Amino acid sequence: MTEIGLGHYLTLSAIIFSIGIIGIFLNRKNIIVILMSIELILLAVNINLVAFSIFLGDITGQVFTLFILTVAAAEAAIGLAIIVVYYRNSGTIRVEEIDQLKG
Amino acid sequence: MEILILFLPLIASIIAGFFGKLIGDKNSEYVTSGLVSISALLSISVLYRVITNQYEENIVIATWINSGSLDVNWSMLIDPLSAVMLVVVTSVSSLVHIYSIGYMSHDPHKPRFMAYLSLFTFAMLMLVTSDNFIQLFFGWEGVGLCSYFLIGFWFKKESANAAAIKAFVVNRVGDFGFALGIFLIFYLFGTVNYSEVFQQIPTVVDKNLLFLGFEVKAIDLVCLLLFIGAMGKSAQILLHTWLPDAMEGPTPVSALIHAATMVTAGVFLVVRCSPIYEYSPLILNLITIVGMTTAFFAATVALVQTDIKKIIAYSTCSQLGYMFFAVGVGAYNVAMFHLFTHAFFKALLFLGAGSVIHAFKDEQNINNMGGVWKKLPYTYVLMIIGTLALTGFPFLSGFYSKDAIIEFAYLKGNTTGYYAAGIGIFTALLTSIYSWRLIFKTFHGKYNNQKINIEETHESPLIMLIPLIILSLGAIFAGFLFKDLFVGHGGENYFWAESIKFLKPLSVEHPPTWFLFLTPSLVLLSIPIAYYLFVKNKEMPTQIANINKPLYNFLVNKWYFDELYEVIFIKPCKKIGLFLWKFCDNKLIDGFGPDGISSFIKKCSIKASKFQSGFIYQYAFIMLLGFSALLTFLIIK
Repeated sequence: MTEIGLGHYLTLSAIIFSIGIIGIFLNRKNIIVILMSIELILLAVNINLVAFSIFLGDITGQVFTLFILTVAAAEAAIGLAIIVVYYRNSGTIRVEEIDQLKG
Repeated sequence: MEILILFLPLIASIIAGFFGKLIGDKNSEYVTSGLVSISALLSISVLYRVITNQYEENIVIATWINSGSLDVNWSMLIDPLSAVMLVVVTSVSSLVHIYSIGYMSHDPHKPRFMAYLSLFTFAMLMLVTSDNFIQLFFGWEGVGLCSYFLIGFWFKKESANAAAIKAFVVNRVGDFGFALGIFLIFYLFGTVNYSEVFQQIPTVVDKNLLFLGFEVKAIDLVCLLLFIGAMGKSAQILLHTWLPDAMEGPTPVSALIHAATMVTAGVFLVVRCSPIYEYSPLILNLITIVGMTTAFFAATVALVQTDIKKIIAYSTCSQLGYMFFAVGVGAYNVAMFHLFTHAFFKALLFLGAGSVIHAFKDEQNINNMGGVWKKLPYTYVLMIIGTLALTGFPFLSGFYSKDAIIEFAYLKGNTTGYYAAGIGIFTALLTSIYSWRLIFKTFHGKYNNQKINIEETHESPLIMLIPLIILSLGAIFAGFLFKDLFVGHGGENYFWAESIKFLKPLSVEHPPTWFLFLTPSLVLLSIPIAYYLFVKNKEMPTQIANINKPLYNFLVNKWYFDELYEVIFIKPCKKIGLFLWKFCDNKLIDGFGPDGISSFIKKCSIKASKFQSGFIYQYAFIMLLGFSALLTFLIIK
């Protein structure tokens, strides 16, 4: 059993990050999945920050993580609110049908 | 006071033009007529002072252009020549203003009409009172512009618009020559002020210039170019085609602009430049020939026209020809005298014709008139007076001035002179015949109009008759009263003073007695002939026309000038214009310029907008790709 080091953490965070990204791109169904994917991406970043913080013995990274968690919570709340409003207006939150963002 | 003469018409024009709606039709008519009439009275007093006190002045109103050696003032030059023109312009203009109140009574655009008339008067006054060529040119273009406005006054009529454009374009040809003439004067003398130019004339008499590859005398060239301008304005042959068409305008306009004042501007110009022309016998001969040809040509055409206004228009053309050949034989003062008397009787004839047209409710064809002399007694008598004066009936104004022209041509004593005198006499006979033809066909014989009943024709209102009566007084007495003053031989109190220059004094001899009696007797003789032809034996003119069919057609079609110009100038111009428009402009310039660029950008943007799918995940993907590309680049670097 090898000791779990920085590399593992980084690998884990990279995998989660990639899942998040792919979740955004390949998702054709529901816009809530995109929100979840964004959360995943942010968590991946958090893992990165904490891992480096421990590795470098610098507390700043962990403080930053707390900030990011707060922001992520706020962002999720706003995102869900937007989705609710959008659903009221257009009656759908299917990603394929949200194509208004063009000239 | 002199400044008032100039500015009253301008003020009148501004009031009627800009505030016509505000003050109403009636008021704008009264204001313009009133102010121009005051200006006329003031002009008469100026002429009186010029006659009695030899009053002369050059009032500088403002410095206009002062650039390098070019120094041009806006000024009012009062000398005998401009004083006479002042009186002619303002008096005829004020009478026409008053007459228009009656004539235009059914027109919906009275203030506009009055504003144009007053503006024209102002421009004409600028022309005659200028002391330099630039201001002269300004007035010259000003009257041309007003003429354009007034010919096209009834802008809903297709033919009126076409006539207005024709007048403008034909005048441009003349003005081009005139402008070149002014440039040449500035080139030669370094100044455009009359007094300075005229002083320097003797110094350039022997100077030669290279023009279009020919070696010509500078002075001949100046004279020729100025004369081309005068030809355009005064409707001399080759550039005359606009004048008959200009009759599309309202009749008062024809009387004011196309008979009494504007068209005489050319004669005025040549007389004003007499100090230059005196040194160029070549061009003087040319002027004689052009003038005499015009006089003859227009008279022959007038013989067969059927439109009452066109007959008088050709008659004007013909009389202008007389004035030019008077100038050509060096009798500038006689030309001015004829200009002066002609203004009265021709304005009278035109306004009389207007009265007839008014009575017939806009009928202009003399074949559709006749037999109404009892219904229109005043108009009839006044028209007769005008005709007598025009034909040179003894002791009326035309008699003194026209016969003086023929006499001076005879006294000139060279070939052109005799030739001109001969043509002059023959044209006088023709003038008499066509004038009486007009009178007889209009007022005598059978009533020929199907459209309206003879009972409906009516005499014009008093406001139209009063100007006619005043003009008829002018037509009767102007010649007799001013004969000695204008064309009197030499003497102590020579009226024209410095304003007209004679290199050699005019001949003071008298032509032989038989010659003096020739023209009046021919004129008298022609009355019964015309009466016989156009009232008694109406078949005969038709027969004559039938026998000489080609000649008749030649005359009816006005010597085919319009057709000739159509082929030589208008069609090629149209083709060039179409080519430039359709090919050069539309295809080349627009195709590669504005239209091409805009359609190219449109195509590109249609392509570019395909990138915009509207799907957020695609946008995010692109962002990510870009971001990673940027990162990769930075890391590798």
